[in-house]
Amino acid sequence: MIHEKSLIRPENLKTHDKLVIDGVDVSGHWSTFIESRVVTDYNERLEEEIAALPGGEHIHRCWQCGSCTNSCTVNAVNPDFNPRFWIYLIRMGMESELLRDKDIVWQCVSCHKCTYACPRDVEPEGVMKATAHWLELKGHTPKSRSTIFDDEFTAQVVATGKIEEGRVIRNFFARTGQPLLQDWLVEMARRVARRLPVLQGIKLGLAALFRPRTRKWSKAQAAITEYVNEQQAKQRKALHLE
Amino acid sequence: MNKPEYQRVAYYPGCALEGTGHAYNRSTQAVGGALGLKLDEVKNWNCCGAMEVKNIDPKVQTYLSSRVMSIAANEMGAKVVMAPCNGCYHNLKKAEHELAHDAGSREVVERISKKAGHAAYRAGQVETIHALDWIKDGIGEDELKRRLKGSLKGLKVANYYGCMYTRPRHIFPEKDRGPGSESTSQPHFMDDLLAAAGAENVEFPLKTACCGGAHTLSDSDTSTRLVLNILRAAEAAGADVIATECPTCHSGLEMHQVRAEKVLGVKTQVRMLYFTQLLGVALGVSPRRLGVHENVSDGLALLRQKGLA
Repeated sequence: MIHEKSLIRPENLKTHDKLVIDGVDVSGHWSTFIESRVVTDYNERLEEEIAALPGGEHIHRCWQCGSCTNSCTVNAVNPDFNPRFWIYLIRMGMESELLRDKDIVWQCVSCHKCTYACPRDVEPEGVMKATAHWLELKGHTPKSRSTIFDDEFTAQVVATGKIEEGRVIRNFFARTGQPLLQDWLVEMARRVARRLPVLQGIKLGLAALFRPRTRKWSKAQAAITEYVNEQQAKQRKALHLE
Repeated sequence: MNKPEYQRVAYYPGCALEGTGHAYNRSTQAVGGALGLKLDEVKNWNCCGAMEVKNIDPKVQTYLSSRVMSIAANEMGAKVVMAPCNGCYHNLKKAEHELAHDAGSREVVERISKKAGHAAYRAGQVETIHALDWIKDGIGEDELKRRLKGSLKGLKVANYYGCMYTRPRHIFPEKDRGPGSESTSQPHFMDDLLAAAGAENVEFPLKTACCGGAHTLSDSDTSTRLVLNILRAAEAAGADVIATECPTCHSGLEMHQVRAEKVLGVKTQVRMLYFTQLLGVALGVSPRRLGVHENVSDGLALLRQKGLA
């Protein structure tokens, strides 16, 4: 079982320089034993809390085949990114084990390869998003850069019906405390500017000043805001944050 | 195939095509013009929710996408909505699927639409297609060949489709239906069109690999690695150019090609051009009208080198 992964971590192993059991010398290479232990810190509410967040609804369908991890884009870059393992931990209620990976869950790139491969329609991509939000809502992690980007983007869409990429990028860099004038962004702008006719450059500059917006959007804005607030209150309640 | 309903469609460019994907907008319209396909822009459209809004609330994303389809159907009388951006296309397809199968989504869309003062979209009112479907099924390879003014002969192309055009499978019920239909595991519509225009398509195993577009700025190191995989695979396959059909993929490849060079010191030569820019060249449209000079990677130099511009 994938559970055993935690048992063979260095801190859970015992070594003996000299050990004889039933007359057999098991020192040296064989002297590695799993520390016996009792796990009592199960969070029995973990699965239902994740399932209460958008995307987590179908986690109960998982039968641990591993197709998600096998197809995962991020797993190929970082083997610690393991959707199957996290789904297992969540369903078992092994919160402390899950928290070991709390800083990388948000890195799911939403390529949907897992959802494509999953034979049980778990929609693991959604479970990753729900888990990342759960970690943030419970205060285990600060808001990830990804969530800050989503917040900034969504706020603009809800306010005006559209986004203006330059504004999203500027606000995102400001909110995450990164300088906008990064080497590679400057280099990119330089390459385009070299070929762009002056008149078009001015047009693009002006477009950045006048915010694109959908006309007569205010009623939609109010209706969406009301709905989102309701949903977020429900989620906080489901996570016992009230 | 010449589907009559694709000859005049409601056109949903989306936010990216007014910004970083401006060249895709220009080239899509130019190719439509050259092929006699008519576009009526969706009136007063809004953002589909892209890859971000669903992470705040998936049903808000469904509403945003449904509003675009509602305007096309109820205010313009359109039967077909064409979206060149994979993100928009994906979200409209997803909203269509949700509204056909999930009562909870219908309830939310009806509630917000009513308060916003427009008719709620009902599943089945329009068909959403991608720019690839539009040309492949509206014109077809045979007719395309007849309209060519030149050829892409000598140009080696890696066709890159990305994630949102094929995954997850269940929101694209018209795909994987045998000969003539698009495949979600081995998409080929772009390959077919560019081959008809004379290009030599290379064997490219990363057609539907992920460029990390969702985290292009929030997790740039991962995105750069993923993009480098794609660029290097294309070069290893012998491609001069990667043909793209999504503004997020396209700008992701271009941005992280520069970033890999500046941050990792890894330089790659392969260029990126939208498939509509490539088709436009073969149809005799000038590179300037196709916005080739707006791209970050210098496609113009490549076209000149190959005698295409």
